[in-house]
Amino acid sequence: MNWSALIVFVIFFVFVTVLGFYAARWRRGDLTQLDEWGLGGRKFGTLVTWFLLGGDLYTAYTFIAVPALMYGSGAMGFYAVPYTILIYPFIFVVMPRLWSVSRKHGYVTASDFVRGRFNSSSLALAVAITGILATMPYIALQLVGMQAVISAMGFGHSGLSGELPLIIAFVILAIYTYSSGLRAPASIAIVKDIMIYITIIVAMIVIPIKLGGLGHMFDAAKEALAAKNPPGSFILDSKSFFAYGSLALGSALALFLYPHSLTGVLSSNHRNTIRKNAAILPAYSLVLGFITLLGFMALAAGIKVQGNDAIPALFLKMLPDWFNGFAFAAIAIGALVPAAIMSIASANLFSRNIYREYINPNCTPEQESKIAKLISLIVKVGALVFILFFPKTYAINLQLLGGIWILQTFPAIIVGLYTNWFNKWALVIGWFVGMATGTWMAFSQNMASTYPLHIFGATIPGYAAIFAVIVNFIVTVILTFIFRAMGMENGGDQTTEEDYKTAS
Amino acid sequence: MEAKNKTKKKFNYWYILLIIPFITTLWPGLYAFDHPRLFGIPFFYWYQLAMVIITAIFTAIVYIKVKDTE
Repeated sequence: MNWSALIVFVIFFVFVTVLGFYAARWRRGDLTQLDEWGLGGRKFGTLVTWFLLGGDLYTAYTFIAVPALMYGSGAMGFYAVPYTILIYPFIFVVMPRLWSVSRKHGYVTASDFVRGRFNSSSLALAVAITGILATMPYIALQLVGMQAVISAMGFGHSGLSGELPLIIAFVILAIYTYSSGLRAPASIAIVKDIMIYITIIVAMIVIPIKLGGLGHMFDAAKEALAAKNPPGSFILDSKSFFAYGSLALGSALALFLYPHSLTGVLSSNHRNTIRKNAAILPAYSLVLGFITLLGFMALAAGIKVQGNDAIPALFLKMLPDWFNGFAFAAIAIGALVPAAIMSIASANLFSRNIYREYINPNCTPEQESKIAKLISLIVKVGALVFILFFPKTYAINLQLLGGIWILQTFPAIIVGLYTNWFNKWALVIGWFVGMATGTWMAFSQNMASTYPLHIFGATIPGYAAIFAVIVNFIVTVILTFIFRAMGMENGGDQTTEEDYKTAS
Repeated sequence: MEAKNKTKKKFNYWYILLIIPFITTLWPGLYAFDHPRLFGIPFFYWYQLAMVIITAIFTAIVYIKVKDTE
């Protein structure tokens, strides 16, 4: 057991726990309303939104898995950088529209919007189910990230000593999310992000110096990659160009379809808050780029472990124990923030778009909010059970599928922000075909995210989500023409063009 | 009601700045090289990190230019 790391770890963990419980008092609102519990009253300004989205999008799993990808296969893992570059020009243009229309009509979820726009509860249900399915394994993976640092402090991977800390952390998380709603992760995100920045700045200065400078570090990583079987690529190979680009683009377009990202957007106080954040959130992308390079440092330092343990092992070898306690606490708390927001977002979807729509249409706002709180608990317990009782690869594969699935809501949500031209049934069928195509592609490749498309006599490996959403679009457009020719109409669009532009 | 007069505005050309990052990052053939290195970092890696900063600057410029027009 690594006592000095553990003591520092526990001190910081207790500190944020107390903070989480006090969060309910912060800008106090009526937490019996879904708007207040699930969106923090839509009152978060530029700085809080920055911390919240930063804590939400750059998760513990990212910090563990992305450098692990670099450590395992080299240059391909760096696609996380163009991915996080392209998110922001995209959301700068698109998300203010969603914010405005949601503010105007009181939408809490993307599913609410789709229902109002296309007058279709079936399409809304499809969007809600996709969101919940894609988010659940993501929550479970946060636990994988947490497990990596807990075991690095000497608890071991399995057995009661490995599982108990995880259970305690998640019970704490569940209780403060229940009592404080979105205000809890927002306040904790501030502490967590500062800790992450400190950790990375220190690691980026100390570790390369110990490895004999950046140039030497890269050369040593190059040798280590070449020695691997199969060899990893140090600079991206031309055969992988399309896969790299399509992974970056597909992931960037998908990120803001995830319910937890939308929760971060909708909880901000102004559409310009979102735009300002598109310019300042890249600070996290830069940090992510440096974190990704930690994978190469682990190679250069001669670390030989399973992928997800590479970064904790690198820290243990290179940095003092007390500092590792701090760094590991940053990563573990980095698991709590997104896990909380993800569970809140899925709970919003369930209570608003499934419970109120299909189970109890006459429910009061208090009942709706109560169901959301309850669901946020169930979702987290589900994630915990999943990680404790099933092989970890299940959660990893499901999360990979989740990325493919969530992009299939792009035509309804993102294109829907600009036009209601698509027929609602064409969208439902296109969604279904896209889901099926993407899932089949992933399974046919033994759960890989890239699929080798054979077209015009050539083979192009690319991100399955992109191929699937192209199929989805083609089906939706063709069917819209057919249904329109048959005289089928969507009927009643709740929104007008004005609604997408208003500032308040 | 007042907002109605503003809806017929022209396309804001500053938005073109936001297309540039897609062109410069989506095709790795543009930057998948080891040299020239910067502080020992291969071109492939420092180019993409530099694009993070450049894109953020572009986004900030567009923000400043469009925020008053809508």
